[in-house]
Amino acid sequence: MSGEKHAHPAAEPLPGRVLEQTGVDVARCYQCGKCSAGCPLAAEMDYPPSQIMHLLQLAGEFPEFAEMALRSHTAWLCLTCEICYCRCPMELDIPRVMDALRHEALRQKKVNPKAKDILAFHRAFLDSVKHTGRLFEMGQVVDYKLRSGHFLQDLLQAPWMFLVGKLHLLPERVRDRRQLKRIFARTLKARENRP
Amino acid sequence: MKTGFYPGCSMKGSAREYSESLLAVARVLGRELPEVPDWNCCGATAAHNLDHDLALALPARILAAAEKKGMDEVLVPCAACYSRLKVTRHELLEDEKLRQRISGLVEADYRGSAKVVNIIEWLAAVPDLEKLVKKPFQRKVACYYGCLLVRPAGIVEFDRPEEPQSMDLLMAKLGAKPIDWAFKTECCGAGFSVSRTDLVAKLSGLILEDAVSRGAEAVIVACPMCHLNLDLRRPNIEKRTGKKYDIPVIYITQVLGLAMGLPPKKLGLQRHKVAVKFAPAESPVPGVSAKRGA
Amino acid sequence: MARIGVFICHCGENISATVDVVKVVAEAARIPGVAHSVEYKYMCSDPGQQLVKNAIKEKNLTGVVVAACSPRMHEPTFRRACAEAGLNPFLCEMANIREHCSWVHEKGEATTQKALDIVRTLVAKVKKNKALEPIKVPVTKTALVLGGGIAGIQAALDIANSGHKVILVEKAPSIGGHMSQLSETFPTLDCSQCILTPRMVEVAQHANITLYSYSELESLDGFIGNFKARIRRKARGLDEKLCTGCGLCMQKCPTRKIPSEFDAGLGLRPAIYVPFPQAVPNKPVIDREHCTYYRTGKCRLCEKVCPTQAIRFGQEDEIVEAEVGAVVVATGFDIKHGDFFPEYGYGKHQDVIDGLQFERLASASGPTLGEIRRPSDGKVPETVVFIACAGSRDPAKGIEYCSKICCMYTAKHAMLYRHKVHHGKPYVFYMDIRAGGKMYEEFVRRAMEEDGVQYVRGRVSRVYERNGRLVVKGVDTLLGARPLEIEADLVVLATAGVANAGAEELAQKLHVSYDAHKFYAEAHPKLRPVETNTAGIFLAGACQAPKDIPESVAQASGAAAKVGALFSQSELVREPLIAVVDRQAPPVYSSCVGCFLCQSACPYQAIEKEEFRGRDGQVVKTVAKVNPGLCQGCGTCVAFCRTKSIDIQGFSHAQVHAEVLALLERGERDG
Repeated sequence: MSGEKHAHPAAEPLPGRVLEQTGVDVARCYQCGKCSAGCPLAAEMDYPPSQIMHLLQLAGEFPEFAEMALRSHTAWLCLTCEICYCRCPMELDIPRVMDALRHEALRQKKVNPKAKDILAFHRAFLDSVKHTGRLFEMGQVVDYKLRSGHFLQDLLQAPWMFLVGKLHLLPERVRDRRQLKRIFARTLKARENRP
Repeated sequence: MKTGFYPGCSMKGSAREYSESLLAVARVLGRELPEVPDWNCCGATAAHNLDHDLALALPARILAAAEKKGMDEVLVPCAACYSRLKVTRHELLEDEKLRQRISGLVEADYRGSAKVVNIIEWLAAVPDLEKLVKKPFQRKVACYYGCLLVRPAGIVEFDRPEEPQSMDLLMAKLGAKPIDWAFKTECCGAGFSVSRTDLVAKLSGLILEDAVSRGAEAVIVACPMCHLNLDLRRPNIEKRTGKKYDIPVIYITQVLGLAMGLPPKKLGLQRHKVAVKFAPAESPVPGVSAKRGA
Repeated sequence: MARIGVFICHCGENISATVDVVKVVAEAARIPGVAHSVEYKYMCSDPGQQLVKNAIKEKNLTGVVVAACSPRMHEPTFRRACAEAGLNPFLCEMANIREHCSWVHEKGEATTQKALDIVRTLVAKVKKNKALEPIKVPVTKTALVLGGGIAGIQAALDIANSGHKVILVEKAPSIGGHMSQLSETFPTLDCSQCILTPRMVEVAQHANITLYSYSELESLDGFIGNFKARIRRKARGLDEKLCTGCGLCMQKCPTRKIPSEFDAGLGLRPAIYVPFPQAVPNKPVIDREHCTYYRTGKCRLCEKVCPTQAIRFGQEDEIVEAEVGAVVVATGFDIKHGDFFPEYGYGKHQDVIDGLQFERLASASGPTLGEIRRPSDGKVPETVVFIACAGSRDPAKGIEYCSKICCMYTAKHAMLYRHKVHHGKPYVFYMDIRAGGKMYEEFVRRAMEEDGVQYVRGRVSRVYERNGRLVVKGVDTLLGARPLEIEADLVVLATAGVANAGAEELAQKLHVSYDAHKFYAEAHPKLRPVETNTAGIFLAGACQAPKDIPESVAQASGAAAKVGALFSQSELVREPLIAVVDRQAPPVYSSCVGCFLCQSACPYQAIEKEEFRGRDGQVVKTVAKVNPGLCQGCGTCVAFCRTKSIDIQGFSHAQVHAEVLALLERGERDG
């Protein structure tokens, strides 16, 4: 067992995995709260970023805190605006930590139900990219509506967008679509199929 | 110096006017902007939210293609794509094993030779830009940088993360009056335009309120997502705040085009949700009135 | 013929439990040259020492080896015993068979053999020892105190009161330092100037203190007890003997809009000025950078109005030379200024100020005569936000340390604000409260409980201006890290305490060590806080690290005590275990070739050049010479010397070589 930093035992699930994937040592966070103070969506979050960091600090010894972090709405609300990282006195890459939490939550199927629409949008987006190599906005929106059930959303915007030339009815395609599919198969799809 | 062009998906669709105005301006400047061959979507927010490898592979494929074509640098006008490409290049150059693995994934030996530049850098490098200004854009403008042009500072190493000035300086060269305001780098709501429009309405609303309260006549942007949130989502903002805002949101390339004397239609100004009311008088574009006095 | 005495100690059971002492004694007796070999239970005790003394006299010993504990414990003990018995103390060595042998091995044959090896090694060394005499260096009983803040003032007074002369050098026009800028001090809320100025006057009037204000140290040469200082007395622009301090020149000076350093940039002063009314000395200074005459050749109004014709425009700096025996460095600190907090608008918004500026607002002699007013429009602020840790404990800003005093002065500022603006609302954003001194915790509780200061635990992400007020975006981590936005009229940053500008330059002049933050290095962080690694140079106050007034005063008195100890002797006695460059008869003079690699290697600047001249006066050879007062015997020069012309007394080539051969001897014997 590597013991170079005394932060977290490598065998423990969440904090060790975060350190391994992101290189961020949550032990350095001294809970000043500056990240939460500057986060644009902190007021909407269940656990503002400094609290997520503290949950991770204790998650090794207290599995219920790991659960709270993984199942948080915060992970999905994070805009990756990078303000927290920019201002953190300890220069901790909190957006990277949020990414790692998202990946873990997906892997363990612990995504917060309130993030349903956000996740639906991301999946619709990547579906579109997987099939055509470029985002086909029309197709993506249809996919999103099917996933989310928000059929009427933005319905009134569509005709106007079409009129001003912002919405195409046909996708643009990348030539080597097979390569794109291979990339997806080796990354996203491979991770999803793992137990 | 061979400069390639990575438009990104939105510049072909919902941000079409950004691409139009960029190409129109490039023509005047005599600059060729060949697109990166067979470019794919960079993955934007969705890829890095769901999978780290995919988030690196998609941009790596683009940059590898640019390298193969002999491009020394790639101009990425969309700030979000710029961020993804820049971060990918940084991560892969820092970690040799990662670079090898991702190169394997994208079936190309990515070396990182092609630099990634944003629209402001590219425009700032044009020598004697002031000499091309025929119609100074004499308006008070709020330069909105958004998040990803200046952060994370250690990776983009562009301008400065607090109180950046590069866009302001550029606008001043075009005859505009950039104002000092407090929301230059506050997030507009990013990729939540569809999935959490309510949050976009809140965040973009704060940005507009600050710009308007300080007397700005236009908000200048350099990112399709920011434009979408501040312009297309204006009805949502107005509904949430209960206030009417008619301040237009203009791409930096459109301002440059107007200053160069190009007709507004060539710059796609008619595709905006919020009418750009002070384009030059000779433009027969709906929603555009005669030029106001300075 | 060598006659070495070997004394093996049991050290109670510390040695005898694992080493067969009796066997070692017997084997040692068989070493050629050993005339006496005994053991005893406690060699360091009086009877034990007596054994050594008796043996020296009875057996006419030429050298002594005490095989016992570490020389760091008892070398002085046994050397003194030898000296008392008439044997040169440097002919006595200790063989460490405790820390190096019995304490680190199990009982057994190998352990005993190792103890014997150690004894044999030291016996071989002692045979090559030479009798040495301690080095005596005279002491000049005058102290140089650099810095006239509270620490420098205290040190100067203490040294002067113990009967020695002091030269106090201060670079500002007046002594007093930052303490003179404060309004009230924690935890007593004493008026700072009221408690400081009596000391300042005492310094000015003390018979033993020579005060050079508006002066700086130009250079320092020499060594402990024998320093030569050159002090630059900057030209004030007036004849101090004639100036009465009436202040007419200051009143009439037409150039009045210069930002005042004393008022931390919040007030203005004229070009000829006294920094504050209670200044000591109360004589003005002409600021040549801003004075109209020096810039354009016109004016000279002050000269015309001065009733005693004291103004001297052509005056030049004067260099004063002084011989001193000790230096006390009390040059103080500064707080961090500048555009290092763009997210707080510090440097951009007038109403975002630092702690020292708040002190000036609160001070009765300040730019607002003690009323708390916004620098932008002069209005009284209704809401004030104090931000603690603005720069300290912040690796991203380059300062990872805690500045120690800010928690206390922030509480004080908030209290002063409430005392002056009864309906005002003060908020303090903090991470931790560090109030570890006497009555400090009670002071902070008073701020919270009696004076209604609202403490919020969390840091501020951003401060920006909106409609003339300042929006503070903070957070309360004790309430689930919810963001908390406050509209304030004034924001006060507790910026980090940093080393003075010029600290590095001064340290290099003095040859004292300093750390990455340019704070001066103490000799040992726990046990030698007021000494530096440079003999004769002491530290006092915040130049060593940020600290409050009680600690600065305590350190200053500590440094003064060290100076007193130094001056209590007319001569300094130093151990002669120093480097020596060999000397021979002409025409060789020395085997040294004059490459001076040793000089560049020496960390103590102890190597000098010596010129040998022929009969015609021409320089024949320049060779190295060690200054016995400065050399610390580290041996670096010996390692560098290519010709091995330089050697350490007490650890010479011959001695060390003998030790190595003695060790190998057993190896050869046993294969």
